[in-house]
Amino acid sequence: MFPTPIEKTSRTWQISYQIILPIVLIIWLLPLIAVAMFSIKPDSDFANGNYWGLPSSFEFFSNYGKVFFESNMPKYLLNSVFITIPTVIGAVALSAMAGFALGVYKFKGNLLIFFMFIAGNFVPFQILMVPVRDLTISIGLYDTVQGLVLFHIAFQTGFCTLFMRNFIKALPFPLIEAARVEGVAEWRIFLYVVLPLMKPALAALAVLIFTFIWNDYFWAVVLTQGPNAQPVTAGITEFNSQYRAAYHLMSAGSIVAALPPVAMFFLMQKHFIAGLTLGAVK
Amino acid sequence: MAFATTPTASTNRGWYKRNEIAITPWLFLILPILFFAVYVIIPIGQSFWISFHEWDGLGEKTYVGLANYERLLTDDRKFGISFWNNLKWLVLYLLAIPMGLFISLFLNQTVAGIRLYKSLFFFPFVISQVVVGLVFSWFYFPNFGLFTVILDLFGLEIKGGVLGNPNTATYGIIAAGLWPQTAYCMILYLTGLNSVDPEQVEAARLDGAKGYKMLWYVILPQLKPATFIAFVVTIIGALRSFDLISVMTNGGPFGSTRVLSFYMFEESLSEFGFRMGYGAAIAVVLFFLMLFFIVYFLWSMYQDEKGGH
Repeated sequence: MFPTPIEKTSRTWQISYQIILPIVLIIWLLPLIAVAMFSIKPDSDFANGNYWGLPSSFEFFSNYGKVFFESNMPKYLLNSVFITIPTVIGAVALSAMAGFALGVYKFKGNLLIFFMFIAGNFVPFQILMVPVRDLTISIGLYDTVQGLVLFHIAFQTGFCTLFMRNFIKALPFPLIEAARVEGVAEWRIFLYVVLPLMKPALAALAVLIFTFIWNDYFWAVVLTQGPNAQPVTAGITEFNSQYRAAYHLMSAGSIVAALPPVAMFFLMQKHFIAGLTLGAVK
Repeated sequence: MAFATTPTASTNRGWYKRNEIAITPWLFLILPILFFAVYVIIPIGQSFWISFHEWDGLGEKTYVGLANYERLLTDDRKFGISFWNNLKWLVLYLLAIPMGLFISLFLNQTVAGIRLYKSLFFFPFVISQVVVGLVFSWFYFPNFGLFTVILDLFGLEIKGGVLGNPNTATYGIIAAGLWPQTAYCMILYLTGLNSVDPEQVEAARLDGAKGYKMLWYVILPQLKPATFIAFVVTIIGALRSFDLISVMTNGGPFGSTRVLSFYMFEESLSEFGFRMGYGAAIAVVLFFLMLFFIVYFLWSMYQDEKGGH
């Protein structure tokens, strides 16, 4: 193990490590601690210049109450859910199919198609922006949740296919051959042999795509406007202009917006990390 | 009709059965390829096409040849600033890799509660960049921002605050971006460190290697896959920077924090009118900048593919 395990070092270093660890963590998370603190402060603290000190009173309920009952935030949150969930399902389904085709079969153009998916996934968003916005307007989906979902599914399929294909390629091929000898139809091999083995990959991608899409800002601004379709990332900027300089409310709103992916990460940590490393680092 | 289709259906079936292994991959690929082509591949071509035109997004396109590019490269100061800022992002963003490595080495221990520490260190990456930008802009505020207060303690002052000063604004935003990016690199290295061969480390230790020498000659070579992915995601992250700029400065002060991705958006959809053709030309330049790296990534992956089989 590297660096030298702490149990094998001097007593002083062991103790200092235990002390340094929480201090470094607090410094690292200072921005988050600040927002959390802001979000429970009363308005008067900011007027009095008490920005970075402790809250003078505990205003958790009134601040978060305002976010949930006196703004468009609930609507934005709901939009985010309706954008994120279908995208996750769609992208994972499409890429499972593409990954199966590219990982199991040898045919001409296999690698070419695979590389097309990878390359497309790395492309800057801006080169897609004008045509995709145009397309979305012309099929009548501008400023709708569906318009965003369709694009997200298509784009995320690139990244997911990279992951799925590599995962399937690493599965034991004799399993598939055995099924073929038994005369099992190819689509049944996909459904009953390969898909059950792909559960870890499906879970990893699902959490990862959830976070990516929930946090997307660019496409939300390009393809939607206003509270009837905008997700929470775009909504928060509108919320902030509504409550300009009301830092306690802006903070509470930000925390509400940031919470779902954080919760997702904590619940599915193992899968999340497997996804982030693209399956390449084991 | 019914009479006519029955026999063909049965021959079709036979034909399908005979060619099942050749056809199945294409059946599975139809839908993904269709989606990807419509929303990604074809739009790239369309952007190239649009970049040769003058277009407000609504009316007729007028063909102008290379005029957009000529204007970009000869007399557009904003483009120059954006391009230069992109290079700053590229170079400075790479700091996330050594910083992530450093934190991962710090955390690669087995003390009580270390798992929770690791996940808390990873936190910034999970949070939307919109929120990250917002918080950092409060830190940078003139007069009361925490960063300003700390600078004050050392007797330093930045005129207009970090984000209000054209000389520091871009660096301030990059610092905000480095926070989640470092967390990402850290997690890559932590998983990489897990799979470092303990026997090799012990052997090297017996040979007297330690500290920095051990890291450089024994550990880092084994972390190569993690470094490669860290490099890929950091480069892409740097060239995609948009959210932070949009939230923190909106391109200002005096346009000093624009990067190509932001400038493109501004030209195409700003309140000053839609200049889609010009925007598309900027996007094409950004695309070529990225293509340079994409080709390198694909080439490395291709080498892996060949090596693996």
